[in-house]
Amino acid sequence: MATATASPPSPTISANAIPTRENLVLQFIKAQPLGFAGFLIILMYFVFAIFANWIAPYDPEAVDFGAMLSSPGREHLFGTDQYGRDVFSRLVYGSRTALGVGIVSSLFGCTLGALLGAASGYFGGKIDTIIQSIVDIMLSFPLIVLAMVIVAVLGKSTFLGVDMNLVAAIAIPMIPRMARIARSSTLSIAQMPYIDAARAAGYSHSRIVVRHILPNIIAPYLIMTTAFIAQAILLEASLSFLGLGVTEPTPAWGLMLSGTSADFYKAAPWMILFPGLAITLAVFAFNLLGDSLRDWLDPKMKG
Amino acid sequence: MLGFIIRRLLLVIPTLLGVAVAVFFLIRVMPGDVVVVKLRADGAQVTEETIQAERKRLGLDKPMIVQFKDYMVGLVTGDLGKSLWTGESVAKEIAVRFPVSLQVSIMASLIAVFIAVPLGTLSAVYRDTWIDNVIRVMAVSGLAIPGFWLGMLIILGLLAFFNWLPKIGYVSIFEDPVTNLSALIWPALSVGFRYAAVVTRMMRSALLEVMREDYIRTARAKGVYQSLVIRRHAIRNALLPVVTVIGLEFAFLIGGLVVTEQVFNLNGIGKLFVDASTRGDFTLIQGLVLLIAAIFVLVNLIVDVLYAFLDPRIRLN
Amino acid sequence: MTRGVCFLVSTRNNRTALALMAATCLLTAPAIAQEPKKGGTLNFAVVAEPPGIDCHGVTTFAFAHPGRPHYSTLLKFAGDHSNLKITGDLAESFEQAKDGLTYTFKLHKNVTFHDGAPMTSADVKASYDRIINPPAGVISVRKALHEDIREIETPDDYTVVFKMKAVNASMLTHFASPWNCIYRAAKLKEDPQFPSKTVLGTGAFQFVEYKKGEVWIGKRYDGYFRPGRPYLDGFRALFVKSNAVATGIIGGQFDAEFRGRTPKERDQIMEGLKDKATLIQGPWISSLLFTFNNSRKPFDDVRVRQALSMAVDRWGGAQNMSKITMLKYVGGLTRPGYEYNLPEDELVKLPGYGRDIEKSRDEAKRLLKEAGVSNLKIKLVNRNVGEPYIPGGIFLIDQWRRIGVETEHSVLETKLFFDAMSAGNFDVLMEFISDFADDPSAQFDKFLTAEKSSQAASRHQDKRLDELFDKQARTIDVVERKKLTQQFEKLAITQSYSASLLWWERIIVLNKKVKGWENQANHFTGQDLTDVWLDE
Repeated sequence: MATATASPPSPTISANAIPTRENLVLQFIKAQPLGFAGFLIILMYFVFAIFANWIAPYDPEAVDFGAMLSSPGREHLFGTDQYGRDVFSRLVYGSRTALGVGIVSSLFGCTLGALLGAASGYFGGKIDTIIQSIVDIMLSFPLIVLAMVIVAVLGKSTFLGVDMNLVAAIAIPMIPRMARIARSSTLSIAQMPYIDAARAAGYSHSRIVVRHILPNIIAPYLIMTTAFIAQAILLEASLSFLGLGVTEPTPAWGLMLSGTSADFYKAAPWMILFPGLAITLAVFAFNLLGDSLRDWLDPKMKG
Repeated sequence: MLGFIIRRLLLVIPTLLGVAVAVFFLIRVMPGDVVVVKLRADGAQVTEETIQAERKRLGLDKPMIVQFKDYMVGLVTGDLGKSLWTGESVAKEIAVRFPVSLQVSIMASLIAVFIAVPLGTLSAVYRDTWIDNVIRVMAVSGLAIPGFWLGMLIILGLLAFFNWLPKIGYVSIFEDPVTNLSALIWPALSVGFRYAAVVTRMMRSALLEVMREDYIRTARAKGVYQSLVIRRHAIRNALLPVVTVIGLEFAFLIGGLVVTEQVFNLNGIGKLFVDASTRGDFTLIQGLVLLIAAIFVLVNLIVDVLYAFLDPRIRLN
Repeated sequence: MTRGVCFLVSTRNNRTALALMAATCLLTAPAIAQEPKKGGTLNFAVVAEPPGIDCHGVTTFAFAHPGRPHYSTLLKFAGDHSNLKITGDLAESFEQAKDGLTYTFKLHKNVTFHDGAPMTSADVKASYDRIINPPAGVISVRKALHEDIREIETPDDYTVVFKMKAVNASMLTHFASPWNCIYRAAKLKEDPQFPSKTVLGTGAFQFVEYKKGEVWIGKRYDGYFRPGRPYLDGFRALFVKSNAVATGIIGGQFDAEFRGRTPKERDQIMEGLKDKATLIQGPWISSLLFTFNNSRKPFDDVRVRQALSMAVDRWGGAQNMSKITMLKYVGGLTRPGYEYNLPEDELVKLPGYGRDIEKSRDEAKRLLKEAGVSNLKIKLVNRNVGEPYIPGGIFLIDQWRRIGVETEHSVLETKLFFDAMSAGNFDVLMEFISDFADDPSAQFDKFLTAEKSSQAASRHQDKRLDELFDKQARTIDVVERKKLTQQFEKLAITQSYSASLLWWERIIVLNKKVKGWENQANHFTGQDLTDVWLDE
């Protein structure tokens, strides 16, 4: 692949290897058809989330006792739940919750983590030791345990329709994981002779970091962010399932599976099948895209 | 080797201490307390006076700094305190529930290894063929299925198709292996599935990496039959990163059983953690988080030691 | 004897379940004539875990179900909810003086503790002293309810006399309380905290083992004072999560769960057990309330409170919600079916209880307009307990939407819920009533001013309710007391500081072999298991 020929100090998106934007997209489709499929699925979810008002045939929160537990059909594509709420509409609106929480928390966690990791790797010494011990401590909390503690500690507050409490709970455990990766990428670059040269020439830290370090951790950053979106969607679903995330009647996929929904497995199996499939497909798509991005951007991982 | 282990063990102490301090203050920021849950959750008519009396009995009325001192002194002497909910010692509360979680984690790991090592190898050997693609898609979907949903499907499937469910209540595997395994195999499967996906992916990329290395090329050039090459050299070396992943995942697992234990109604430490945090049982939360962190750190240490042991190229400093 | 009350619910999807239910109701009838059999172990599920094992210090059914069979109380409830009576337990006979200021109990003479020591009046006195005046380190949660007792006298070993400071209409109920276990005086003297460490009672079952989070085991006590009882050899209480109950009963891992199940679980169990199930459905002294924060605008305006209550279609909701959750009965402040109730023809005249929902909602909109309230946005604080709080919240929010009111649903863990409650951090709070007996003094407690009651969350200042409450609490005469409670109920509903949403239905499905258990309309009493037997 073209990117594989990039020179060692800058093994990522080097300008001379990628002639035009059009080619870039085409190249990706050709090289990573699975990744492109993932991208298309994600696009679909985005369309659902943005145009939910137009796509969803029903108000997702409207209780309709006349239509309790209707089977999938012309009236209700994916059937209704025990309150007569349209499952398809709730799934469509649920993609707002999933994407909103998933993307915001992943961007949050990865950006903070990348900055911390880069600082740790670049400055080394005491700063490195302090940041690394914080990272070690945070890493030894399991993801969901840390998230649960944070959910319980923070009060509820929504910003632009996204539950920031939940975002923090999912983002914070990601910080140390991203920091680890950013640190090692930074370390490998910071030891390059040309960085030493730049330092010796009296360039400021900020100039070195912005010009040389950051461009080199952009690839792992992009890869991790995409992969973490998948993780975040799963985590949001798990927390909502446990009753710690999104609250009724707001539509959210994990929430649709919680409470007594399992009791309806015989009367209304669609209440259990479709939300689970929605989560699986979304996570699957982000994972595919993340994998392909990694294969494509990071030549080290290539066969 | 011994020096290396001791050095690493000493490094564990500040991390665990950090965890202990962090969790103490984190949970005390939470509003609401265990006494109210204890006395009012079922709608009893309880006066404020009674609530204060109970707080006093549990020592929750002491200044936070005093509570912190008590906690630290306890830690040094190996005493995790008493559960605020039951009054039983935290160590005992955990000890009752630990075997279930441990067994499920071990079984899940075994399932994962048995599925992942052959699949990962196949995938690497037949790279970019349809076999590889099928295995890769399977692995990615394994990562995508939410564990609790898979668990629900397993339970409801057993119920709907076989009208059978595992027995409730833990029986030790040494007492009654059949009952024990017939109950725990399902949660182990539901967790092991995701776990297998992670390990398969690791196995594949590790093998690919190793197969590119010079000595494999040499072996091939010398005309050693390919499957022999893979068996003799590649797999052994590829197992190194795989061991790491297995170790790390195992450590995550034991704390991450939270959701699975809810779905399968297992009386393990994951369920205990959920109960403790909904009740606000501070001492028990502290104990559990410390335990989970300790397992995580120790497993990491073991993996490092194993790594050093398996691969002489790694120097022990 | 089992007197199963069978309410048939028309579920759209489950004709078989319906047919089965009808069949079971018929099947329960012949059981009355059956001779109880001895032997066998009753396995039942408990869906929560007790925080302690001291009757005087706990409040949860999770203790009452496994713990109560080990103990005896002075009096107890007998019969099912339709003919409930207070009878003697340790008391062979009891007498309430005409002036209501003295209660005299004659005790059974052949009662022994499980360690063999005989039970005497000293044990009763010591136990009640512990409730009224707990020594340091002992928590007595119902201390305040017993503060009208002035002193306890023990003229002889088998007579106990309670002298009152004032008349208290609820006193007999308290003597029958499942929480007022009698402990051994000698043990209490050694260590007042003894009961929180060891189970030692005079009940029909001896304590064997309690494995945390797993099981609580009891075996029959051969020295039990009632001849021929208990029938069972023992019991095993299994602690499981609520979602495992239905499948556990179907799979035969246990034969009962005594808190109550949802309609869906009922259908599931009935279908799974086929003809091997007994269904006992009936009222429950439990309800959901929605309480307004009267210290916040615009909820200090009676028109706004009434409008929000009138928007709720209680009659239609009861019909539909009862298909998916345990919310079933329309009622005021006391349990529907209780003798002190407001008659229905009076109830429907009060705000929120009208049968014509369209008319009611028009009136609600008009009231809101009149109060100058538009675009109302409410923060509803609810408890993170699946059944029936969340369904209740979903229902209430939907009802308010229909008069153009928007709601933010804040679902909090129990500990945070009570925090929000005492801090007044809510517009409307989804509360609940859950008592062990029909007793206006217990059920009205939440409707009082904050000065009067520690349970009141509505922050209103209406002293009229407090005065009426005190009057009824001190009136023993049934007719007189009923007049006062109905006055209270009318005033409270009209003012709507706090409004009743729906009352719950208690649905118990037993394996058919379980006999002799009765629904006393609550999940705290009727659990000593002395009369329960297994037909196998």
